[in-house]
Amino acid sequence: MFSYIVRRLVAAVFLLLAVSIITFMIFFLIPRLAGASADDLASRYVGKTAGAEQIHKQAESMGFTDPLYVQYGNFVKGIFVGADYSTGVGTEHCPAPCLGYSYQDRTSVTQDLKDRLPVTFSLAIGAGVLWLFSGVAIGVLSALRRGSIFDRAAMTVALAGVSLPIFFTGLLSLSIFSYSLGITAKGGSYTPFTENPLDWAGDLVLPWVTLAFLFAAGYARLTRAGMLETMGEDYVRTARAKGLPERTVVTKHALRSTLTPILTIFGLDFGVLMGGAVLTEKTFSLPGLGQYAIQAIARNDLPKLLGVTLLIAAFVVIANLVVDVLYAVVDPRVRLG
Amino acid sequence: MTEILDDAQPAPKPSGSPFLQVKDLKIHFPTDDGLVKSVDGLSFSLERGKTLGIVGESGSGKSVSSLGIMGLHHGTSARVSGEIWLDGDELVSATPDFVRRLRGRKMAMIFQDPLSSMHPFYKVGSQIVEAYRLYNDVSKKQARQHAIDLLGRVGIPEPAKRVDAYPHQFSGGMRQRAMIAMALACDPELLIADEPTTALDVTVQAEILDLIRDLQREFGSAVIMITHDLGVIAELADDVLVMYAGKAVEHASCQDIFKHPEHPYTWGLLSSMPRMDRERQDRLIPVTGTPPSLINLPPGCSFNPRCPYCSLTDGKSVTEVPLLLASGPGEHHAVACHLTGAQRQRIWSEEVEPKL
Repeated sequence: MFSYIVRRLVAAVFLLLAVSIITFMIFFLIPRLAGASADDLASRYVGKTAGAEQIHKQAESMGFTDPLYVQYGNFVKGIFVGADYSTGVGTEHCPAPCLGYSYQDRTSVTQDLKDRLPVTFSLAIGAGVLWLFSGVAIGVLSALRRGSIFDRAAMTVALAGVSLPIFFTGLLSLSIFSYSLGITAKGGSYTPFTENPLDWAGDLVLPWVTLAFLFAAGYARLTRAGMLETMGEDYVRTARAKGLPERTVVTKHALRSTLTPILTIFGLDFGVLMGGAVLTEKTFSLPGLGQYAIQAIARNDLPKLLGVTLLIAAFVVIANLVVDVLYAVVDPRVRLG
Repeated sequence: MTEILDDAQPAPKPSGSPFLQVKDLKIHFPTDDGLVKSVDGLSFSLERGKTLGIVGESGSGKSVSSLGIMGLHHGTSARVSGEIWLDGDELVSATPDFVRRLRGRKMAMIFQDPLSSMHPFYKVGSQIVEAYRLYNDVSKKQARQHAIDLLGRVGIPEPAKRVDAYPHQFSGGMRQRAMIAMALACDPELLIADEPTTALDVTVQAEILDLIRDLQREFGSAVIMITHDLGVIAELADDVLVMYAGKAVEHASCQDIFKHPEHPYTWGLLSSMPRMDRERQDRLIPVTGTPPSLINLPPGCSFNPRCPYCSLTDGKSVTEVPLLLASGPGEHHAVACHLTGAQRQRIWSEEVEPKL
């Protein structure tokens, strides 16, 4: 078990390294391959009236004239020990872990991400808990009462949930619950949990439910299919043959096996969501990582984009790692492999 | 282990009826293609300490009837009718919860494939403990000790260590032993073994059969041994029930089944079994044809399309369903066949027996 975790950990570190190299290359190598020179890249960071001389100076000060591996080395170095960025009027120190410096806003990308992470995390954790529990519960009930009215209704709603995009359900629920009925927050506001937990939940309840609806639908279908399969397994028959009450057979024996694949998918979904639920944050005007990424793209702010991409990738890798470890906890057969 | 021995023989209920009696058991499954009559009018009885062997091809209704006795068809589409009397209680009309409470304690089952029949996520020990603590109000530690004792009793080496292993860490034979230990956790009075040796190699098969026999002696349980292997029957059974297409076609003592079998299907089974104690012949003689569809059974005797002696019955075989009637010299030998007793005796001694 211990060696399994260590192996997964080492693999995750290498994966992160590879991800950072690939991300870096997408932003710095591909423009070069497309024919952009160091000066072309630097021209974005100077005023519109700047001459060629000025641009070249800027390119040199930003390190664009260095070989690519030196640039990458400096970037990684920044993550571990911090970096200094010259802003023209002075130097700005960016402490480790430094994911970059936005020349447009004159802010540290790390600090930006730190500010926005709680929003995205709050959104993801609330929605995640909601959709996991409701999805699995509905799936189990549907499987146990296959063909019943409950099953048919649940599966129809689930189909709707999977097919309706968040910008539709989100806007619809905003219109009904916030604007017509006035019972939920109108979006755009976020209160940190540490300030007022009730307001925190109040601001987020609509995004949670809307996002959970989208995911719960898939989880309900998945759980239902898994349960139907597991209930036919020989070991469930054995559990019945022992004389166990049906409730124990379902929860302890059947559900345990059904949950394993669901846990895997949950980990990945959660990891992706942590990287920013772009549509949800946009719909509800939440200042999270997804909004940040959209702004960075819209304004062509390369350091921000690089930083947020790396962070998202890191979340997915970490989620994968957690899932791998959880898998070994849940399924003893995995530990040997 | 003495504690198990002491509990082994519960006082039988004061009644003259057999410990287990199955009367006209029918288990039908409605499907889109029609009604599948998996078991159609099965009757037999069994006393404590005795072993009934049920033989037949795949699909003859052996497993379905045993699952029916265990009440494990509840919640499926199966339609169960008839009577199952177990120690004075009728199970078909009883509530599912009543039958559920008998499972594990009064009757237990050993399944065919021990790998898929044990939960892959739980330790072998905790699966036994689970069964034991269901009916015995003991501490986890005591239950664990009981599990270790049982594992030792069924011949698993180093039971104190193996109790914490997972099923996938066991070999096939060990798994079947653990499965048996699990079934025996609450000293069941009726043990149903559904092809317990089919998934095992021959040397392990013999050990498992010995084990079941020893345990039966020790616990005084009634055993139903389901198999398609006549060797297993010869080894263990007191009585034998031969099933074909959901019906019993022959019911006799083990001795009679091998010495004076009366049903052409039983002859077929015997002829297709390799024998080491006879001169080797060029070929075994298989039963020709394939098992019938359980939705569209042949009219009359279900075996008639495959029966080489069908023409000797003046067409009765294709029109009339034969009843299971007492026959022959054996004390409780019964056979469902339209051939006359004399015909059967002649065919067996002149045509079938010499070729075995």
